[in-house]
Amino acid sequence: MSVEYDIPLWIALPVSAFLLIGAFLTLTGTIGLIRLRIFYDRLHAPTLGSSWGTGAIVIASMILFSYLESRPVVHEILIGIFVTVTTPVTFMLLGRAALYRDRSEGSPLVPPMDVAPPPSKETTAEPAS
Amino acid sequence: MNRLLPYPLLIVSIVVMWLALTRFSVGQLLLGAGVALVAAQGLAALRPSTPRLRRWDLIPKLIGIVLLDIVRSNIAVARLILSGKRAKRKSGFVAIPLELRDPMGLAVLAVIITSTPGTAWLDYSDRRGVLLLHIFDLVDESEWVDLIKTRYEYLLMEIFE
Repeated sequence: MSVEYDIPLWIALPVSAFLLIGAFLTLTGTIGLIRLRIFYDRLHAPTLGSSWGTGAIVIASMILFSYLESRPVVHEILIGIFVTVTTPVTFMLLGRAALYRDRSEGSPLVPPMDVAPPPSKETTAEPAS
Repeated sequence: MNRLLPYPLLIVSIVVMWLALTRFSVGQLLLGAGVALVAAQGLAALRPSTPRLRRWDLIPKLIGIVLLDIVRSNIAVARLILSGKRAKRKSGFVAIPLELRDPMGLAVLAVIITSTPGTAWLDYSDRRGVLLLHIFDLVDESEWVDLIKTRYEYLLMEIFE
């Protein structure tokens, strides 16, 4: 694929900025996934990639291709929507599996099966509805 | 309920998605509408209860708050990971008693909490309505309870219940 497109500066700047932000966040999340020690901490790191890591790259793609094709190209936003809606399933599955294992091993790190709620929070802050 | 057109919102969304993925033409519009109708019938066969939205007008506000929070926590978590000062940071579990009971509302809350870096949804007890979260940078537990409840839960309760 040739890179002979003539992209003006005012398009190139935001596109590169968003691409760099997205790539940087995704890389940071990956580093965190490797370097963090506790499993539950590790759960947090990849969410960088699945939230604004994906989001920024999607925005960059929308800006660039909207300009190149001279029409609004927005279907990339579907990637963002589907990633956002589906990742919780995986994260909750992993988190609950770890929690279940740790609880059945009696690990002191995790709270026991039925955690008692902090006392009388509901009574003080009742919503209007 | 309208038998021919169940879930009008779903039908419109699928047609819009179809047209976004292809180029707009009458043929694609008809094809997309056909697919959407079949999909809506399929969903109607699966789940009879329609989620009801009480307050449409609050949804943009919710989306705005969530996007802002995700940006902020992205920065916070990225900084924590890169600075590498592991000894100072303390992660931990927080139990939050929820008053929100609507399944749709809980699902949306799960999506929000999971897609925000720094908070992970671990467990939810149906019976007692207690949500167990894991917080990446835990300083004050009650602060998090207040944050989740005032920032998201009440808004979701207004929208869905």
